[in-house]
Amino acid sequence: MANLKVKLPGLEMKNPVIPASGTFGFGYEFARFYDINILGSIMLKGTTLEPRYGNPLPRIAEGPSGMLNAIGLQNPGVDAVMNEELEKLRPLYQDKVIANIGGSAVEDYVETAARISTHDMVGALELNISCPNVHSGGIQFGTNPQMAAEVTRKVKAVSKKPVYVKLSPNVTDIVEMAKAVEEAGADGITMINTLVGMRFHLKTGKPIIANGTGGYSGPAIFPVALRMVHQVSRAVSIPVIGMGGISCAKDVIEMMIAGASAVAIGCQNLVDPYACQKIIEDLDCELEKLGIDDINDIVGLSHRY
Amino acid sequence: MANYQGMMEIVKIINLADDVYEMTLKGEGAKYITQPGQFINIKINDSLQPYLRRPMSISDYDENTIVIVFKVVGEGTEILKNKAIGDQLDCLIGLGNGFTVQDGKALLIGGGLGTPPLYHLGKMLREKGVDITTVLGFASQKDIFYVDKFKEFGDVYVATMDGSVGTKGTVIDVMKEKQLTFDHYYTCGPEPMLDALALNYPENGQLSFEARMGCGFGACMGCSCKVKTKPYKRICVEGPILMSEEVIVNG
Repeated sequence: MANLKVKLPGLEMKNPVIPASGTFGFGYEFARFYDINILGSIMLKGTTLEPRYGNPLPRIAEGPSGMLNAIGLQNPGVDAVMNEELEKLRPLYQDKVIANIGGSAVEDYVETAARISTHDMVGALELNISCPNVHSGGIQFGTNPQMAAEVTRKVKAVSKKPVYVKLSPNVTDIVEMAKAVEEAGADGITMINTLVGMRFHLKTGKPIIANGTGGYSGPAIFPVALRMVHQVSRAVSIPVIGMGGISCAKDVIEMMIAGASAVAIGCQNLVDPYACQKIIEDLDCELEKLGIDDINDIVGLSHRY
Repeated sequence: MANYQGMMEIVKIINLADDVYEMTLKGEGAKYITQPGQFINIKINDSLQPYLRRPMSISDYDENTIVIVFKVVGEGTEILKNKAIGDQLDCLIGLGNGFTVQDGKALLIGGGLGTPPLYHLGKMLREKGVDITTVLGFASQKDIFYVDKFKEFGDVYVATMDGSVGTKGTVIDVMKEKQLTFDHYYTCGPEPMLDALALNYPENGQLSFEARMGCGFGACMGCSCKVKTKPYKRICVEGPILMSEEVIVNG
């Protein structure tokens, strides 16, 4: 049995596998498929200060080996998440979760973080400055290093828990963004969010997604995510949680070789509700084949080349 | 709510109408369907293409089999149509809330590919001794299917948009022309038809909606719609059936 335990700021995880925000609801939806206590942690659905309905339908389209989504941060608001959603999750999950925070203005992020970081089930925050599907805030913070640093600094000042910042791939230089948030006090980086894309109706020319653009994710973006995690993890000294198109245990290993200290599984959960369970089950066997006793030993293995 | 993921074997494929196919699946998963109007979500093949599952409505089921009906509209359904007898399909089964069988005179209203889920519902209503009338709407003669099956339950009226069969126009034109009455109506079809029904008949209706879905089991929020009773409902979990009283027309 290889050691799968990993340690990150605010999180002692039994394995490095975390379902990604937005693909796992508030966790309890998956408890009817398997015992979710096997998960290293859970990244909760993006939460904003006020409730949000999200974007008009259709919100989903498909592409080669992936999907396009424009949900628009639908969520019941921070108070309902703390008092209702997390209470539904409490009897089903024992370890600490990661609260994902969205917003339209710096003050929204700060107030949401101040509230949810006090919750006993929350081990860390994930600051979503990279949602491509909301019309104000979100990605503007994630594409400008000064704004990203400002929101990180202000959230850090109020948060009772370590703060991870989720980076967008829709930038010219993701390393510059990573360095900016590290300097501003981020405890970790999660990456990558989705790539902005579109699909069109052949007859009418109209975008299939009502929002026009959506975020592309799935196995199609895996090599892009690997490249970016590799570049960023070499340039910063805070841990990186790698995500983007991971669909099997071998992908987890490759993402950690790229430089990720833990990983998140995104839309594979939507195609196969048992995806995280299967990945965790397969991980030991795949490591054994490679002769690896401790999963922490492979983090950043690619950096020597 | 019990959901099941497992392999179902294709035992029969029939061409019902223009590009419309009926497929019978056999396997242990069939017993996870508890209500007419629930759906299954099928992984068309085990490669990455097409990536997402395809939600399919169920026309009939028993302990061992599930019958689905689909129209070939794109890549996924094209591949599905060409599957062979004996092929296995990875299915998520028992999704959605389903219709609630109620006492009193029933009107079944099907629009095109919305017709199938009303068939098993009709069987259950008949078992209860409920008086059933059916109205089915299609684009044209070449698209018509299942009319004879619904005749098992009682009178069937057909509307076609081009007038090639039955009343020319919509299901609502038929309801008005024939002055059809009901205690409860049950319907499934394209959204403009459901909106028109909710507008004209805002009470005692159960309407089954369709939406593009990411997952089909409540995780992605891809299919949420606004309703009068809550901030939103997910078509895949709290739907696909909504009550006429809660539907926001054009919402």
